Amino acid sequence: MEIDDFSVMIGGEAGDGISRSGLVLAKTFLRGGLHIFGTNDYQSLIRGGHNFYILRVGREEVYSQGDFSDILIAFNDDTISRHEGDLVSGGGIIYDGEISKIALRRSDLKRYTVPLNRIVEELKGRTIMRNTVALGALVGLLNYDLALLNQVIKDSFEPKVADLNIAAAERGYKYAKENYSGFDYQLGKQEPKQKIVITGNEAVGLGAIKAGCKFYAAYPMTPLTGLLQFMAENERNHEMIVLQAEGEIAAINMVVGASYAGVRAMTGTSGGGFCLMTEGLGLAGMTEMPVVIVLGQRPGPSTGLPTYGAQGDLRFVVHASQGEFPRIVVAPGDVEQCFYETMRAFNLAEKYQLPVIILADKYGLESYCEADPFDLHRIGIERGDLIMSEYHGEEEYERYGIMETGISPRAVPSTKGAIVRANSDEHDEYGYTTEEPGLTNTMNEKRFKKLSLLLKELDGIESTKLYGPKSAEATILSWGSTKGPIREAMKILEARGITANFLQILYLEPFPTGAVRRVLDGAKKTVVVENNVTSQLLSLIKEKLLRDVDHSILKYDGRPFNPGDLSKRIEEAI
Amino acid sequence: MATPVPNTWCPGCGNFGILMALKNALLELGLSREETVLVSGIGCHGKMTNYVNTCNLHGIHGRTLPAATGIALANPDLTVICHAGDSDCYDEGWEHFTPTLRRNIDMTLIVHDNMVLGLTTGQATSTSQEGFLSRSTPHGVIVPPLNPIAHAIVSGGTFVARGFAGDPKHLQRLIVEAVKHRGFGYIDVFQPCVTFNYLNTYQWFKERVYKLEETGHDATDRWKALEKSFEWGDKIPIGIFYREDRPTYRDNLPHIKGRPLTGLDLSTTDISGLLKDFM
Repeated sequence: MEIDDFSVMIGGEAGDGISRSGLVLAKTFLRGGLHIFGTNDYQSLIRGGHNFYILRVGREEVYSQGDFSDILIAFNDDTISRHEGDLVSGGGIIYDGEISKIALRRSDLKRYTVPLNRIVEELKGRTIMRNTVALGALVGLLNYDLALLNQVIKDSFEPKVADLNIAAAERGYKYAKENYSGFDYQLGKQEPKQKIVITGNEAVGLGAIKAGCKFYAAYPMTPLTGLLQFMAENERNHEMIVLQAEGEIAAINMVVGASYAGVRAMTGTSGGGFCLMTEGLGLAGMTEMPVVIVLGQRPGPSTGLPTYGAQGDLRFVVHASQGEFPRIVVAPGDVEQCFYETMRAFNLAEKYQLPVIILADKYGLESYCEADPFDLHRIGIERGDLIMSEYHGEEEYERYGIMETGISPRAVPSTKGAIVRANSDEHDEYGYTTEEPGLTNTMNEKRFKKLSLLLKELDGIESTKLYGPKSAEATILSWGSTKGPIREAMKILEARGITANFLQILYLEPFPTGAVRRVLDGAKKTVVVENNVTSQLLSLIKEKLLRDVDHSILKYDGRPFNPGDLSKRIEEAI
Repeated sequence: MATPVPNTWCPGCGNFGILMALKNALLELGLSREETVLVSGIGCHGKMTNYVNTCNLHGIHGRTLPAATGIALANPDLTVICHAGDSDCYDEGWEHFTPTLRRNIDMTLIVHDNMVLGLTTGQATSTSQEGFLSRSTPHGVIVPPLNPIAHAIVSGGTFVARGFAGDPKHLQRLIVEAVKHRGFGYIDVFQPCVTFNYLNTYQWFKERVYKLEETGHDATDRWKALEKSFEWGDKIPIGIFYREDRPTYRDNLPHIKGRPLTGLDLSTTDISGLLKDFM
């Protein structure tokens, strides 16, 4: 029987190559014309422990993992005992029967034992190759196309390693074919479309490179380490400087310096690192320096759950640093938004001369999503009022000149005829320090004046996005990476005859008050969905709109919402 | 070179000597004001950027080095001169000192070292002498002072010098040499604080300092330099302790060589090849 929605879980210890296997499998199905979503769950350790990867495959687009998996590939007994309960009735487990000592608790599961270790030993391969044998066996059980898997392996590894892995996949495939009649559910092939598989980190990195980011300084911190590595890998092909700084304080100050010099500059960190950056953020705010900061949230407070996800930093980033200054906070909800909004972030930062924070999280940054190849022309380069070679004004150049828009023409050092003074103290038009009350008022007002033009621009670019019908029984409001599970939950609700729509609030600061009000005005039951304890989006809605919503559905265990569970909670709430 | 901003340092402040030496050094070097960037932190020294009519970034306390690093890496055509106070650089910003030395960023650091926090009205810093009485150490400083020169030498410094604000001509020489040096030029400057440092006065320094170059010191000898850096007491050396030629951070980036990143055409970035890796 063919099914249109299939999920495989791969689990084992850290170092078993689980994430890599997931990616290989994802590409295999993608090339078979199916749709994929992959997410990994790993602990803060390098060897041992327990890691798993869920790959969901569908005939239609899939936006998140499901609640249950159909097949589990287990590299140890610990994985089986942990995840036996996560399988659907009639699901199967691929594992090494010659090594396993486990007695399954459930009787409704199919056991597909494959001598993973023995096959690897016979091939004289490294133990980690067990995962390729298992992938081969899975493709065999699903009657899928082994040639597709082999081709992905060929594209992913060095020739010598690839050959060995292809042999491993073939042995696994053959073993499954010879010993089992095949899994009850089979995946069909469809006409493949040209797609990419990419993580949020990589999409942000690509967006930054395309936007002309020439300076990236950061200190490694999960879940942004992937971005640092991605930028470092590409440093030499794209005329960039990618510097691992001595800490986050150094990173943000370097970025401010590079931006002052006139290059597009970015840093990335998680909540703890952002804590250290807050004084530098204020420096960017006061000196009106365009900087882009990527913040990947994980559960806090403090070290929290270092390798898991959360949305607990919203109120923090909206207010971070002493004093008041305008900033932009954008929370991409998928890999496309990661790419396009990063590109836009550089434009907005330079046009409005302020810091832009890309507020993401572990789930959104490290999950593997499919997307159409990014449109490289959708967002152009707009650098705002930037003076680079010569200043032609008759009067002496004023870095903080008072303009009607609040935006002063921005010259950079080495511009002929312009002395460029940036100052963390309150300053006059030229950048000289002042403590004069009148100028202090003028400069505060100048900085905030920029907001009116910015808000106009944000109105024109979908700072919120409505999914689903205009009118519905339930209106869901959320932000960031919950978008995927919410869209999946909507499918389930629809199948149950409940109409729901979903307002994704993409730009959280300045808050798109008008757009949110319009949706709330037309809504029946309203539900906020967030991965935090105190419903921070709701608190912003209350603050900005002076109104409440009917329910908050919250989850704060570090794990993303599962769509089935979420749909139930929405149904209960309305 | 002067600005319209009235100077608010105490009469007799050591900063005047540094300001004079810097201005004369800039004139001697013939640098354009548009291509010279002063970076300063927070403290009395931080007002330098208000008093010198070049481009400047007045940053936050302790963070002058990373901000200056960003500027110098982005555009190597600029002459970047970083000013910091002793507490600014050696206390709050200490974490940036050795990484910047190791990276050998092509810029200059001038530390206004008055061994006291002036602008917060007189507290001890890491270079305050043992026993020094200050408003935060009313019973005297109970830990030995930091030796920044020795730290700079062992941390891969390629130009390590000490000057004295009471000898601006000599300091001017050092600044000129440091700016010309290909790499990170570091000068610690004894800067008497006439208001809050009763101990390390002009007189105190004058009685003790002597010039290394007048003693035949070999500044290419790292061990000799290190030995000299520990000389303290009745005789204290100033001048260039150590210098060496070592590739700068940017020298080790062959893909950009000496090219500024600021003038690049951003609209032509091609990522189509990179995108293929994800298919």
